Amino acid sequence: MTTIQSVAVELEPHPDVALVERVRGGDVSAYDTLVRKYERQLFRIAQHITQNREDAEDVMQDAFLKAYEKLDQFQGNSKFYTWLVRIAVNESLMRLRKRRTGKMVSIDEDVETEEGSVPRDLADWAPDPEQNYNQAELAEILRKTIQGLPQGFRVVFVLRDVEGLSTEETAETLSLSIPAVKSRLLRARLQLRERLSRYFRRKKGFPKGLKDSRLGETGMVK
Amino acid sequence: MTCKQFLALLDDLIDDTVASEARAELETHLHGCGHCEVVFNTTKKTIEIYRSHELYDLPTGLRDRLHSAIMARCKKGC
Repeated sequence: MTTIQSVAVELEPHPDVALVERVRGGDVSAYDTLVRKYERQLFRIAQHITQNREDAEDVMQDAFLKAYEKLDQFQGNSKFYTWLVRIAVNESLMRLRKRRTGKMVSIDEDVETEEGSVPRDLADWAPDPEQNYNQAELAEILRKTIQGLPQGFRVVFVLRDVEGLSTEETAETLSLSIPAVKSRLLRARLQLRERLSRYFRRKKGFPKGLKDSRLGETGMVK
Repeated sequence: MTCKQFLALLDDLIDDTVASEARAELETHLHGCGHCEVVFNTTKKTIEIYRSHELYDLPTGLRDRLHSAIMARCKKGC
């Protein structure tokens, strides 16, 4: 019995599938529910990729409209959210391409940089370092820092760490291999950490702090 | 374990996807290496900060505009 029950649980469809079915049946209000559920995530993703508020607004709108029109193509093999994110990522890249007058834009851009792959700033951070800044200052620091990452690292970090996609879903969404996602994620995390250290490191003379130790290139690797 | 080997498995440790045997080795290294401890803690903190702060607020009115656009599309035939 237990086995049968657990199989039944595994086969229970995601709540989005029922909403999608309702939309297919002509119930537009079900699509509103899906929009409300994912609008913030889609807007954030579009903003992180395009780095432009107007473009992000257009991308969000176009992505939801496109998903609505293509709903029949949604197979249910992947989650509805992942399918939606994929559309938003593609729309964002197309928008960037337009801005750059047709120049090819891909998530492979600038990923060859070696910067930040080995930690150099090894000073510890202050306890609750975000407390040293007000909300507006902190948001500005975080935006500026993530905007400085190469596109191919930023999008992986955003999907995986901010929006909570799995490694497999991130790979599928970006048409990357799993090892490529893993390698970019590690480098994105380390580069962000390194850049945030400028703001969050423990001030000199702070009790229990590690010595201000900006080590040379060989400092980290034993 | 060297710092380089530790770093290669840093993500697995943060994401808690590391096998128990490797985890023990990683934790032993972590306890004996101040530098890796800093990198581990501050990387975790980096992720946590980005996860918990909304950097881009949804513009007001965007939801209504989207709703109208969907309804307009629907009237054309949906």
